[in-house]
Amino acid sequence: MSDTVGVDKVSVRFDSGRGAVTALDEVSFELARGGFLSILGPSGCGKSTLLRVVADLVPPTAGTVSLFGSTPSRVRRRRDLGFVFQDAALLPWRTARQNVELPLEVGEGARLAEGGPSPAELLALVGLGDWHGSYPHELSGGMRQRVSIARALVTAPKILLMDEPFGALDEITRDRLNDELLRIWRETQTTVLFVTHSIQEALYLGQRVLVLAAHPGRVREMVEPDLPDERGLDVRETEGFVRQSAHLRALLESC
Amino acid sequence: MLRQRLLPASALGGILALWALGVYLFDVPEYIVPSPLHVARTFTRDFGTITRNLVPTAVESALGFLLGNFASIVIATIFVHQKTVEQTFFPLAIIIRSIPIVAVAPLLVLMLGNDMVPKVVIAALICFFPTLVNMVKGLSSVNPQALELMRVLSATKRETFFKLRLQNSLPYLFAALKIAASASVIGAIVGEWIGSTEGIGALIIHAIYNFDTGLLYAAITAACIFSVLFTALISFIERRVVTWSPETG
Repeated sequence: MSDTVGVDKVSVRFDSGRGAVTALDEVSFELARGGFLSILGPSGCGKSTLLRVVADLVPPTAGTVSLFGSTPSRVRRRRDLGFVFQDAALLPWRTARQNVELPLEVGEGARLAEGGPSPAELLALVGLGDWHGSYPHELSGGMRQRVSIARALVTAPKILLMDEPFGALDEITRDRLNDELLRIWRETQTTVLFVTHSIQEALYLGQRVLVLAAHPGRVREMVEPDLPDERGLDVRETEGFVRQSAHLRALLESC
Repeated sequence: MLRQRLLPASALGGILALWALGVYLFDVPEYIVPSPLHVARTFTRDFGTITRNLVPTAVESALGFLLGNFASIVIATIFVHQKTVEQTFFPLAIIIRSIPIVAVAPLLVLMLGNDMVPKVVIAALICFFPTLVNMVKGLSSVNPQALELMRVLSATKRETFFKLRLQNSLPYLFAALKIAASASVIGAIVGEWIGSTEGIGALIIHAIYNFDTGLLYAAITAACIFSVLFTALISFIERRVVTWSPETG
C-alpha cells in the first residue's frame, strides 16, 4: 500500500462564471513504484487537472491522493516530485545548465545539492552534454524540452509528472524523445505519470494506459497493453500494436 | 555596423546643410532663425555659461530619474504582491498620469520653494508613470508554467520574486527607463522655466527675453546632447544586463 501511487475517488469542482464545473468525478487508480502510466483522454477530460492534483498544485474537492504512503504536499516539499510542463518553461536568462540547477537553488533545494545527480550528468543523460552554456533561444524546441526533463530529474524525484511534454513538437522529434524517455525511465527507475492526447504515444510509452472520458472527467478504462518490454519504434507496425490502438480509439470515441 | 552609424550621421549632416542653405537663401534674420554656423559659434563662445547651466539641469534630471523610477519599482513590487493595494491605488496612479505636469509645475514651485527640490519632483513625476505601468506588466507577465514550476519546487515568495519575476521584468523596465531618461530632462527644464536663475530652462527664458536666438539654440542643443547621452547610457547598461532574447522560454 505504502509503495504505490494511490488516487482514491478524487473529484475536482471549479466555480466558473456559469456555475460549478466538474473537472474530475471520482477518479481512482493505483500504480506501483517504478511504473509508467500513460493518461490518455480527449481535451476537457481533466487529465492536466488530475496531474496537478497529484502535484499538489490543485486541491481536490473530494477524495485523497497518496504518494508512497505520504501526501502530495509533503512529497512536494521533500522535492521527491518532478514536473515537466507542455511548454519547457525554461528561464530565458539562464543557460541550459543554470536552468537545470534552478531546483537546487530554491526552497529546500540547497540541502539536496549534495549527493543527487549532477546537472552535468543529467544534461548528458538527455543528450545535451555539449550544450551546457547555451541559452534557451539558442536551442530547438526538442532540446528545450530535454533541458526541462533534466531539470525535473535534478532532485532525483520518486515520481515524475509529465503534462503533454512533447505535444508541441514535430513527429520526428517526438518519436526520438519517446525512445529517450523510456531509456531515462529505465535508468532512473522513477515512477512516471505521462499525460498525452496521442493514442500512439500513450500505448508506446505506458506499461498501463488510463483512459479518461470528458464532461465530467472520469475513468473510462484502465488498459494494460500487451507489448514486449524492450520495445523499439518498429513495434508500432506490429499487428498487436495496431489492434490495441484501435481498441483505445474505440474507447475514446465512445466517451 | 559602420553603415548603421554612417547613414543617420549623413542624414543629420544633410538636415544641418539644408537648414544653413534655407537661412542663407531666404535671408532669414538671425533673431528669428540663426544659421547652424551661428549656433555653433555661440556654443563655443558661451561654452562656459552653457556648461555652468547644464550642471544643475543634469543633476535635477538624474535625481528625478532615480527618485521617480525607484518609487515606481517599489510600488510595482507592492502592487504585484498585494492585489487589493493595486486595485485601490492603480486608479490614483492613472490620475497622476493624467495631470499635465507643465500645468502643475508652478504649483510645485510654490509649494516646494525655488531651489532644486521642485525640479527634481517634476522630473520624478514625469518618469513615474511609464515605469510603473511597464514594471507591473513585467513583474506579472510571467510564464504561468514557470510560476507553477516555482510552486512545485516549494519556492518562497521571495525566491519567486528574485529568481523569476524581477528577471522577467528587466526588458520591460529598460524599455521604460529609456523613455524616462529623456522625459526627466524635459521635467527638469520645465521646472526651471518658473522663476529659476540657473539651469538650461532658465537660460532658455533668459535668451528669449534678450532676443539672443543663438544662445537659445545653443542651450537647446546642449539639452539635446545631454538627453541623448543619458539615453545612450541606459541603453549601454541594458545591453550589459539583458543578454537574453525575451520572447523564448
